[in-house]
Amino acid sequence: MLAKKSLKLVMFLVWAFILLFPMLAVKDGQFVWERLLKVMAVLTASGLLVLAYTSIPKRTLKPGFTGKGLPFRIPPKGIIAAGIVFALVFPWLTSNYARDVAINVLIYISLGLGLNIVVGLAGLLDLGYIAFYAVGAYTYALLNTHFGVPFWIALPIGCIISALAGTIIGYPTLKMRGDYLAIVTLGFGEIIRIVLNNWDKVTRGPNGILGIKAPGVFYPTIGEGGIHFAHFYMKNLFWLYYLILVIAVIVMVSVYRLNTSRIGRAWMAVREDETAAELTGIHTTRMKLWAYILGSIFAGFAGAFFAAKVRYVNPSSFVFLESALVLCIVVLGGMGSIPGILLGAAAIIVLPEVFRDLELYRMAAFGGAMTLMMVFRPEGLIPAKPRKPDDEGEGKVSLSEEGARAHG
Amino acid sequence: MDVFLQQVVNGLTLGSIYALIALGYTMVYGIIQLINFAHGEIFAAGGYLGVITLSFLQARGVLEHHPILGLALAFFLAMVYCAFMAVALERIAYRPLRGASRLSLLLSALGMSIFFSNGMMLCQGVYDKAYPHFFVSGGFHLGGVVITQMQIFIMVGSILLMVALNLFVNRTRLGKAMRSTAQDRVMSAILGINADKTIVTTFVIGASLAAAAGVMVGLYYGSVRFDMGFIPGIKAFAAAVLGGIGNLTGAMLGGMIIGMVEIFAAGYLASEYKDVFAFVILILVLYFRPTGIMGMQVDDTRV
Repeated sequence: MLAKKSLKLVMFLVWAFILLFPMLAVKDGQFVWERLLKVMAVLTASGLLVLAYTSIPKRTLKPGFTGKGLPFRIPPKGIIAAGIVFALVFPWLTSNYARDVAINVLIYISLGLGLNIVVGLAGLLDLGYIAFYAVGAYTYALLNTHFGVPFWIALPIGCIISALAGTIIGYPTLKMRGDYLAIVTLGFGEIIRIVLNNWDKVTRGPNGILGIKAPGVFYPTIGEGGIHFAHFYMKNLFWLYYLILVIAVIVMVSVYRLNTSRIGRAWMAVREDETAAELTGIHTTRMKLWAYILGSIFAGFAGAFFAAKVRYVNPSSFVFLESALVLCIVVLGGMGSIPGILLGAAAIIVLPEVFRDLELYRMAAFGGAMTLMMVFRPEGLIPAKPRKPDDEGEGKVSLSEEGARAHG
Repeated sequence: MDVFLQQVVNGLTLGSIYALIALGYTMVYGIIQLINFAHGEIFAAGGYLGVITLSFLQARGVLEHHPILGLALAFFLAMVYCAFMAVALERIAYRPLRGASRLSLLLSALGMSIFFSNGMMLCQGVYDKAYPHFFVSGGFHLGGVVITQMQIFIMVGSILLMVALNLFVNRTRLGKAMRSTAQDRVMSAILGINADKTIVTTFVIGASLAAAAGVMVGLYYGSVRFDMGFIPGIKAFAAAVLGGIGNLTGAMLGGMIIGMVEIFAAGYLASEYKDVFAFVILILVLYFRPTGIMGMQVDDTRV
């Protein structure tokens, strides 16, 4: 048995050597052996570890911690309350750097939840999701720099324009088969980026748009002759943190409500079996369009905030890798699961900050992790719980869901 | 008129490269219904292996005396390497997911695509790698139209490869096995065709065609880059869809059309937007004729 496994390991190493040799050991016409040897040493060591681990007889391994032996169960409400308190006091306790990271996490939470509607709930793979984020960001940037429109007015306009963009791309594509949809949304994302990059007159091309104003607020002050309203720009990260926190909470609550609503059930029915959903009376194309539109509204929301936070937009913030990153959050966390996405966003944004020195390896690690995740745990870190078909008082909808289940 | 003909020549050159990449997409899609996102990266890896081999030979002075031999070696090594890469890819990322949902498979492919392109960046650096300037010399003038030797080489090379592929698929046992597995995997397994082996063959062929295309692109444009696989990959997929996915002749035709459109759009409309046109065509084709030009009716399954 051990001999067989060792042979397998040797074969693997030979394969790895063949594959890694040209890329790692030859550079600019010269042999550079060090890197190849380093990588091979790491691979050999990890291979030997796996070999050692798997060749220990099963009985000597103690049963690990399964999480079931906890003496008490933390009620979900308690976790939520603790989370809220933590989120509220967070900026008081930390530095600007930590606030910045937290703001990014919250932006990506909003994006992830928005994409979750499209991918996780309705089962439509969207690889150009960042385009709607770009639309939101550029809408605010352009309205603000050209017409001086304040953030609070630009925010709904940005959402509306993102929703329009979602409709425009969604309407012709939603009749397509799933993987065609993926490639078309990818193409659409690229189109938006290329247009932003080249439409110099409006978007100033790769230079981007500078001089965007931060969101302003009026607050009352009591001075001579009664109450005055003073104006104040939320420029520092402290206030911006609370702003994005509010946005993220709104998104979270909306997605949660959508999830448990009729429309959410319809989406899941469409995801599980489109034909069956159609037969139970769900207008599938309309439902898919709704998923698209709502998803793009949330992205527009996040995009407008992003422009207001950075006060500068340029097309390089909206490349395909960003779409992949958001998708990675959704997949890593568990499709359709809100706590999963919170965890996924935190992991994807915070881990690279922790391993700053290894930044170069970040994207490669992402890619590898995505594949490994799909191979070993396709349901994500915190999988969405399948809902029971008979929740009280919603007999009509549960019927359609059961229909979908039976076929799915 | 001369400008027009010149554009036709350029378009055909670019189109034959797209066609070579598109063949890999269409074959893999035909057999396991997967958009193999990592295919573009395999194409880029082929380009890299070409530059690695050629610059290695140049540094030792071999290239000056035997340019043709060096070129042949570069093509051979690139194709063999990418074939190995594709086998590993299939084994690691796709085979464990056989029978899993299409979405998982697609995401796995996407992950591998990101992994490969960044892996190449880590191995070979962020900047463009220049090909040795040996083969970009000379050309023919045909009444105002210039056809460079490189263009002829690319067109002839791709045509030869495509003919070889067609002969392989239509005349050999393995090719027959491929076709039958693409048509009905379960039935051909019952009839004793090893599905795994056939799928690996498909990957190997697709990858070596893409590798050849990668070396050609490197020779044609003079350099390669770690992220060069992404956009041509999408365009080649667009070509495959345009021609009718799963159809080899369709992929060749689609590649030519996409190449032509791109060159003409760049020449007559706006060169910055040349990538946009390929995507717009893709969207229009999928909307009006989802099965492509030569495709057959496919079953209405989703991710």
